[in-house]
Amino acid sequence: MTQTDLLAGLAIEIVSIFALIIMLTDALVERSTRLCETLSIVGLLGGLAASAYAHLTMPGQTAFNGMIVVGGMSTLYDAIFCGAGIMTVLLAREYLTRVGGMFDEFYTLLMMSIAGMMLMGHSADSMPMFVGLEVMSICFYVMAGLMRNKLSSNEAALKYFLLGAFASGFLLYGIALVYGSVGSTAYSAIAAKALSTQFPTLFWVGIGMMIIGLGFKVAAFPFHQWAPDVYHGAPTVVTGFMSTAGKAAAFSGFVGFIAPTMASGVPGLEKAKVILALLAVGSMLVGNITALAQTNVKRMLAYSSVAHAGYLMIGLAAGNAAGWTGITYYLVAYLFMQIGAFAVVGILERENGGNLTVDDYRGLARRRPGLALVMSLFMFSLTGIPPFAGFFGKYYLFNAAIQADLTWLAIVGVVSSVISVWFYLGLVVIMYFREPLGEMEGGEASISSRTALALSIIGTLLIGLIPQAIINIAAR
Amino acid sequence: MSLDLTFFIILAIMAAVSALMVILRKNPITSAMSLVLHFVSLAGLYLTLHAQFMAVIQMLVYAGAIMVLVVFVIMLLNLGREEKMAVRQSARAAIGIGASMVLGALLIWGLTQVMRPVAAGSSQAMVNGQIASVGKALFSTAYVFPFEMVSLVLLAAAVGAVVLTKRNLK
Amino acid sequence: MIEQYIPVIAMIVTGILFGVVSVKAHEILGPQRPNKSKETPYESGMEPVASAHERFSVKFYLVAMLFILFDIEIVFMYPWAASFRELGGFALWAMLLFVVTLFVGYIYIVKKKALKWD
Repeated sequence: MTQTDLLAGLAIEIVSIFALIIMLTDALVERSTRLCETLSIVGLLGGLAASAYAHLTMPGQTAFNGMIVVGGMSTLYDAIFCGAGIMTVLLAREYLTRVGGMFDEFYTLLMMSIAGMMLMGHSADSMPMFVGLEVMSICFYVMAGLMRNKLSSNEAALKYFLLGAFASGFLLYGIALVYGSVGSTAYSAIAAKALSTQFPTLFWVGIGMMIIGLGFKVAAFPFHQWAPDVYHGAPTVVTGFMSTAGKAAAFSGFVGFIAPTMASGVPGLEKAKVILALLAVGSMLVGNITALAQTNVKRMLAYSSVAHAGYLMIGLAAGNAAGWTGITYYLVAYLFMQIGAFAVVGILERENGGNLTVDDYRGLARRRPGLALVMSLFMFSLTGIPPFAGFFGKYYLFNAAIQADLTWLAIVGVVSSVISVWFYLGLVVIMYFREPLGEMEGGEASISSRTALALSIIGTLLIGLIPQAIINIAAR
Repeated sequence: MSLDLTFFIILAIMAAVSALMVILRKNPITSAMSLVLHFVSLAGLYLTLHAQFMAVIQMLVYAGAIMVLVVFVIMLLNLGREEKMAVRQSARAAIGIGASMVLGALLIWGLTQVMRPVAAGSSQAMVNGQIASVGKALFSTAYVFPFEMVSLVLLAAAVGAVVLTKRNLK
Repeated sequence: MIEQYIPVIAMIVTGILFGVVSVKAHEILGPQRPNKSKETPYESGMEPVASAHERFSVKFYLVAMLFILFDIEIVFMYPWAASFRELGGFALWAMLLFVVTLFVGYIYIVKKKALKWD
């Protein structure tokens, strides 16, 4: 191990060390919430800085004997994870105090899960990817159950844990089978040796199991059934974090292992592409159609996040360079609009789970004009209406599908986006053109929550204006 | 028939039968005990593959510690006989059985194609399974980073256990 | 080679035989005249009032969980301890970092009074 190795992993190391410091602070200092909050933000900014430094000084290099890779897409993943973390920290204290889930352990778990995600994003090998996934998943199981006195939160944690552990088992079994057939866990070696393997059946069964395991983590159809209950039951800030950063981490693992294999020209690739395309179609249609029937805003966003996993899987099915950059761009865009939407939901939510139904949003524009405007912005972006970030995300993904001769997949994507207009813009219509039912409590946001909202607004607008800058970072 | 093969057959039958017992027994404690037997048979199978470290870990962690936890949870929930909580979902059960049959068939088909690259009983196979070799790999430049990150997995689990179950948490 | 494990197998077989034989032998050899009071859990003493299957407190679970975590830590120490001389200074530092990280967890557990029985 050399100094270069340590510098390459510096971003992950900084976030991990801050996780430990926060854990100690929580244990040793009385009334440590604000201190933990500050430390988290400092740590995440440090992680961002280290990642940017590595991106500029050693782009595309590998470290730790080819275990982790630096620069390019992994920098963007770091930015997504740390950015999501910063916004979540800004939103968390006010919300968690209100709903009775404010434990300082939240910050420890958040930082640890980000360290795990960053390890996934930097992985060039299945082993660190799996370790990172486990760090992230275990933190998520606990964070979903933070509201200890609420049955729905307990249910979310338990369901997520049981199904998530099962999915991790699938992933690990798949890694073992792939290792058995090609004799390596490194992504590049898997792709290189897959051509000459004498055990193609074992190889594809292994890849299939890895797809199942990761498909569960990104909440793609038909492995999405946990998502609505977990996203609904978990604290809203945690849901926002899980559905953006968690999904991005799982996709970073997905792209990492599947991209070299897709480029290798192994026989059987076409079938794998068809399967991924079918998963994408299923996720988009099932997610959007079931979202139509939801009366709870949190559940609606949960189902629509299944649909967004579907859009992202179009990039996987396309399996070309445009697909990978499309996925990365979409993940950045999705981060801002989805966390922003959940931030508004969290600000409006009351301690007893009030203000969560679509009916509660009636006439919001008159009572909380600012929040209604902001929510509309995120809804427009999530639908994919130009010039917001969501539009360019879909544009790049559909474009990648067309380049890969999967025009039908792009058409299905457009059709399901049209379906999503109904409930996304439906909510906007309800906020602006429906009479309110009774008085509304809540909706006051603290300064830090406002900052987080402002960040997501800026992100949603800015990323739509400068799409090429993001693509350039990913390509480096 | 060689000694290795005899052991393999005995242990394989033990493993298969005890695994079946886990899902067929109605009493959860009996299921758990069958699982212990299954873990022990697996440990034996690892030994026939010269994976001593795996065998030891299998006994120490799975048959020992993890099973303590499983039995604990059974007693914590005070589960009676299983019929009480059985829900009729024959369609789902049929799909589940079908899917696992397909997966099992695929795995058996795939694994029968594999020839072991390292011959059983060769000196290379003996060295690979030794604890020293595991240590050498674990503390190499390649695996040291994931290894350190494993400590975060353990810490996260510790924090989780405390946050979710500790009463009067400040 | 599997032959080297024959002593281990002999020990396991002896253990099983000892257990089975001593339980079964007293059943076969001893006289048995069961009656109702003999079959109660406590032959002399309190009348049993409830099922023996008491529900455990979740506090046991917390202790068991923490035990397992440190048990797993030992698992990782095992390959290091078995050959730490050959592994050298690098492995020592790596192990030290691992242990220190988990020690932070230990401080956390103690300070949060997770091992206190309240």
